[in-house]
Amino acid sequence: MATKHSRMAARLMVSPAVILLFLWMIVPLGMTLYFSLLRYNLLMPGMESWAGLDNYRYFIGQSAFWQALGNTLALVGGVLAITVLGGIALALLLDQPFKGQGVVRVLVIAPFFVMPTVSALVWKNMLMNPVNGIFAHIAKALGLQPFDFLAHAPLASIIVIVAWSWLPFATLILLTALQSLDREQMEAAEMDGANWLNRFLYLTLPHLTRSITVVVLIQTIFLLSVFAEILVTTNGGPGTASTNLPYLVYAQSLLNFDVGGGSAGGIVAVILANIVAVFLMRMIGKNLET
Amino acid sequence: MARKSSATRQAVVTISAWTVGLVIFFPILWIIVLSFKSEGDAIGTPLAVLTSAWTLDSYVEVQERSNYLRHFWNSVVLSLGSTLIALAIAIPAAWAMAFAPGRRTKDLLMWMLSTKMMPAVGVLVPMYLLFRDFGLLDTRVGLVGVLTLINLPIVIWMLYTYFKEIPGEILEAARMDGAGLRAEILYILTPMAVPGIASTLLLNVILAWNEAFWTLQLTTSKAAPLTQFIASYSSPEGLFYAKLSAASTMAIAPILILGWFSQKQLVRGLTFGAVK
Repeated sequence: MATKHSRMAARLMVSPAVILLFLWMIVPLGMTLYFSLLRYNLLMPGMESWAGLDNYRYFIGQSAFWQALGNTLALVGGVLAITVLGGIALALLLDQPFKGQGVVRVLVIAPFFVMPTVSALVWKNMLMNPVNGIFAHIAKALGLQPFDFLAHAPLASIIVIVAWSWLPFATLILLTALQSLDREQMEAAEMDGANWLNRFLYLTLPHLTRSITVVVLIQTIFLLSVFAEILVTTNGGPGTASTNLPYLVYAQSLLNFDVGGGSAGGIVAVILANIVAVFLMRMIGKNLET
Repeated sequence: MARKSSATRQAVVTISAWTVGLVIFFPILWIIVLSFKSEGDAIGTPLAVLTSAWTLDSYVEVQERSNYLRHFWNSVVLSLGSTLIALAIAIPAAWAMAFAPGRRTKDLLMWMLSTKMMPAVGVLVPMYLLFRDFGLLDTRVGLVGVLTLINLPIVIWMLYTYFKEIPGEILEAARMDGAGLRAEILYILTPMAVPGIASTLLLNVILAWNEAFWTLQLTTSKAAPLTQFIASYSSPEGLFYAKLSAASTMAIAPILILGWFSQKQLVRGLTFGAVK
């Protein structure tokens, strides 16, 4: 039984973490909120003045914002679709017994450990480059015109690059979940004449629901703030074709030195992330209460 | 499976699994190959690349030109430093929550997780200005602080799920036998907690090593870790495929090796204990 004394000790042990995280949440966020209400440009120090909601009007009013919002959702949705579907398929495949299972598993997981700047630059130069990239070489060998992926389909290319980094994560988690599936139940279903599709739909998929939920939640957290991949491949371009919300805020505040506008964008990003988070937490809450 | 799988089925599975695995791994394999080629050979057709001569020149040149070792050392200091500090803060917290849970422990844990939901751009501007005003831009101290804070919730959650699995009866038994708090921690809990702490450390080092938002925003050269160093190749001059490959190979090799050892912990850590 916990005594009064040990309760005190417990509180003391938790408090540094709580205080730090609380400060980390409240101080910068409070500053962002404050800056977002000011006319504040880094090139004109000392000229700050009250702006009310002008920054928000400006930030949301620009066409780049709506494009960035659309791009952010497309990026999150696209990568989620590829990694969840691909992850299920890969997990089912790797769950079969075959020669060299351990080695293949290691190969499949590897991209997850590659830092974002490396994966983006490798895809940009060694694979997608229209002159020297592998895809261009293959196209030429087949007698086709090489395609400049990052110039003509920048967002789709970035989705592919990010999906490559996250596919291993989805696969690994779904594979781990698959391995805890009750084999005897599977065999019983098979004996009863359930075909492959029915076994998948009524046994495997329900078993994976929880893990799929977790994959979606965690990837969404990270995918909402994809940044490095865009910075080193397209710089958000051409134009704003591949600009997502984080990149737009970065461009506004640190490239255009518009602290007020950038902060307003930051607050908008936080609000959007919270809307998504509420949905996800509710979904997760339902799925994890077992 | 007890059922005899036919030989054809076995062959199909083996071939498709290996094909998929190699396709996914190909970009990594390719930079390893290119890193051992000369710049002129590296831009050739895949067949020409494979048949050209092997060389170590790119590795030498990367080190000479851009001081690879300094950035490597920065990565080590940042990832290990932020992880150790996070552990120092998180171990007591997770410990208390696992062994002396109060009514609000669950809520506290959910709140900690929710701090991870805040997108980094939301606080980019003030963090940049704070760093500028306190002279922390491009310093390791500042970055260690930020990396500690962004990974702290994950560290606490991971440790909590590990500590939760240490049976409470052992503690009770020890108390009955008259063990004091110090003895309890030193001789009973520590040995049982070490594996969990070790895997938390491993996973967090990997996450911090690959972190590429704050490291790109808050460093330029002096404190720049490998993420920033590699990003400097995004607007290169002249031929650079072999050098980029060599730099990339060196940047990902340590973590790739660590990562392969930590597959199991990775699942558990990144899913906050929901999938084991």
